[in-house]
Amino acid sequence: MYIIFLMIAVSVSVAAAFLVAFLWAVRSGQYDDDYTPAVRMLFDNETPAKPARKDDKSTS
Amino acid sequence: MATKAALGTEVQTCYHCGDKCVEEVVVAHDKSFCCSGCKNVYELLEENNLCTYYNLEENPGITGKLKGSESRFAYLDDAGVEAQLISFKSEAICKITFYIPQMHCSSCIWLLENLFKLNPGISESTVNFLRKEVSLTYFPQKTTLREVVTLLARIGYEPEITLADTDGKKTSKPNRTIIYKLGIAGFCFGNVMLLAFPDYLAITEGLQRTFGSFFGYLSFLLSIPVFFYSARGFFTSAWEGIKQRMVNIDLPIATGLLALFFTSIYQVVTGSGPGYFDSFTGLVFFMLIGKYFQQKTYDTLSFDRDYTSYFPVSVTVLKEGGEEAAVAVRNLKVGDRIRVRNQELIPADAILLRGQAMIDYSFVSGESEPVEKVMGEVIYAGGRQVGESVELEVVKEVSQGYLTQLWNDSVFSKEEAQSVNTYANVAGKWFIIVTMLVAAGSLVYWVPRDTEMAMKAFTSVLIIACPCALSLATPFVHGHTLRVFGRNKFYLKNTSVVETLAKIDTIVFDKTGTLTEPSAAEISYTGKTLSEAQLQSIKSVLSHSTHPLSQRIFQSLQGEVVPVSHFKEIAGKGLVGEINDAVIRIGSASYLGVKADTGSDTLKTTVYVSVDGVLLGYYTFYNVYRKGLKHILHELEGKKLAVLSGDNDHEQARLQDLLGTEAELSFNQSPLQKLEYIQQLKDRQHKVLMVGDGLNDAGALKQSDAGIALSNSVTNFSPSCDAILDAAAFDKLSKFLGFSRKTMKIILATFAVSLVYNVIGLTLAVQGLFSPLVSAILMPISSLSVIIFATLSVKFAAKRAGL
Repeated sequence: MYIIFLMIAVSVSVAAAFLVAFLWAVRSGQYDDDYTPAVRMLFDNETPAKPARKDDKSTS
Repeated sequence: MATKAALGTEVQTCYHCGDKCVEEVVVAHDKSFCCSGCKNVYELLEENNLCTYYNLEENPGITGKLKGSESRFAYLDDAGVEAQLISFKSEAICKITFYIPQMHCSSCIWLLENLFKLNPGISESTVNFLRKEVSLTYFPQKTTLREVVTLLARIGYEPEITLADTDGKKTSKPNRTIIYKLGIAGFCFGNVMLLAFPDYLAITEGLQRTFGSFFGYLSFLLSIPVFFYSARGFFTSAWEGIKQRMVNIDLPIATGLLALFFTSIYQVVTGSGPGYFDSFTGLVFFMLIGKYFQQKTYDTLSFDRDYTSYFPVSVTVLKEGGEEAAVAVRNLKVGDRIRVRNQELIPADAILLRGQAMIDYSFVSGESEPVEKVMGEVIYAGGRQVGESVELEVVKEVSQGYLTQLWNDSVFSKEEAQSVNTYANVAGKWFIIVTMLVAAGSLVYWVPRDTEMAMKAFTSVLIIACPCALSLATPFVHGHTLRVFGRNKFYLKNTSVVETLAKIDTIVFDKTGTLTEPSAAEISYTGKTLSEAQLQSIKSVLSHSTHPLSQRIFQSLQGEVVPVSHFKEIAGKGLVGEINDAVIRIGSASYLGVKADTGSDTLKTTVYVSVDGVLLGYYTFYNVYRKGLKHILHELEGKKLAVLSGDNDHEQARLQDLLGTEAELSFNQSPLQKLEYIQQLKDRQHKVLMVGDGLNDAGALKQSDAGIALSNSVTNFSPSCDAILDAAAFDKLSKFLGFSRKTMKIILATFAVSLVYNVIGLTLAVQGLFSPLVSAILMPISSLSVIIFATLSVKFAAKRAGL
């Protein structure tokens, strides 16, 4: 039964790691802008020879 | 390469900006443009292989028609100005953030993030679309700030650099503390809850016996950060209240939290029980959610602007030898000669020395017609010059000007006092009184019978009576209301405005731009009946003038435009042109050499028309009141209505008719008089709502209990206020007021719901029957049900109100 000490220690540390990850993400500004990245990812990578497709529209 | 085509019958739209090509069509590269400005942007983008811009959205561009000379950015070369604007500077790189209100679609994002292709000196640019900001990094060795700004202006995204930007760094660092607190509280709550499980389930009694104290101490350890960090706000706020001898909503919360925490520590240390750490962390977590909800407002909109946000950073000063130099507006001195070009703002009160001044005061007064000024006249700061460039002599420093003096009024310097009499605070006061009475009562009852039971009952009452429901109801109801309003284009500065709106009994309107439609005027013609051909001639002559009055009449007339010869525009007077050998004159009464029709309407704007020297008649411009204004005002019945106008009183009869005989109408009001009027109303214990639009209303908006700025585009202009209302939603004003009153009822109902829980909990507590199990059930249920009840009832009420 004493395995429970170890298991709780592990579970709390895993949770703490996620907490640290969350705090780091907030601190680095990842939650500051929740709109622009969603639009940005829809832009095609530019290949100089080929023009981007006309029907590739994202909504604003 | 570019050819100009005559205006055809079919109206073409500009490939770049999507505007209708009314005046001319510039055809280049098989595409049509409305002006050479748009064409130039297209060519610049095409050269640099950036035409994806046009593929992402149809006609994404910004019209290139209104453009000043690029020399106006000369002040950016000044090291002092540069240092004030740049957020980071080193030998190798500079970082700067621009506010670009023109940003409107995904094409804009794409182009602004590909700026490095246009100027290799720019290393990186990142857009925050909601804030309409672009953060740039550039190499100072390769390019300058001025070049970057000029480039942005050239492609249509001229950044807004105002006086406020140079007033020291804005610490606009987003406040993330609440998120940290929430994250930590959530983490601790989850883990403590897990450790508390054995207590809830009878079958794990063996487990509890073996690990009880380990679980207890671990929970204690996890609660420490919650107590000292996450919950700190409640304690400090309660302490502030006590210091000012006031009871606010946070006092009962803090009492409850302290009782919970220390009882739990006592239980764990003495081994007498598992404590209530799960309730403690859970409570803090839920209440922080409420706080977060309340805090989330529109950080993309600005509610606290003063005149510095609109004034330019620099102005062209003429030195002795006629040299021009860009000088920071703050350093302008009395006696300086300045040059103000087309579309530039006049930064200080000044006397006109040379040039034809047509001053557009729309920014100050909401008045849409540009006002003509003659030499020697004083022009007040805040006006925008339309037309040729003019020379002025500064007579007052920027901070002493007629307009800016408004900001010296004490209203603007005092911090907004936290509203004390909010529902939550009043309820909190009674709550803590009742709780203390009950706790004391149970103590008195139990002490002679059972001392241990007395302590238990006493602390239980404090714990269970925690007013989490009270503290959750207000933020959730207000938060949802804010969102409902936002969906309907009514943006509140913060959630407490909802409560202020509910108490309003007096509504004061500004006239121009608020009750009237700023962009429209009704035109009526008086005089001899005009033939089809005459109308056509008038329209043709008008088509050559960019004067706003000409444009208005032009748009109201039907028919084709025919060629005009010998066209001449005499600025400030009128137009003359020949069509089929007939001389058409259009302009003011004095220009046509006639006596103005001195009927009752001498104060109205009139434009006279003559053909071959024979006066035909005149056009009169009326204010156009907003659509459905009568209906809106009718809905506001029961409230005291008033109108403050900076304008003359020629519309008095019409306004009185619209507002009813009870309404007070005041005309020729200066900004300061407006402010004083509101103050008088407040002195008479009225709760005043001011609705205005211009900077001249700024004082009144600030002075009133709730100031609503009406704006045609919410991101552009609004003086400091409590709420911004999109002009399109003006007709819903009474609905908004009604709805905010309804939300107050919802809050009361939520209080009632939480009262039921408290009665059940207190009944158990005074009998000493309160146990961790009861707290584990009652606490989350009461919190969650309050949140759900608040959310659903606001949604339901909004649906019924049609919002």
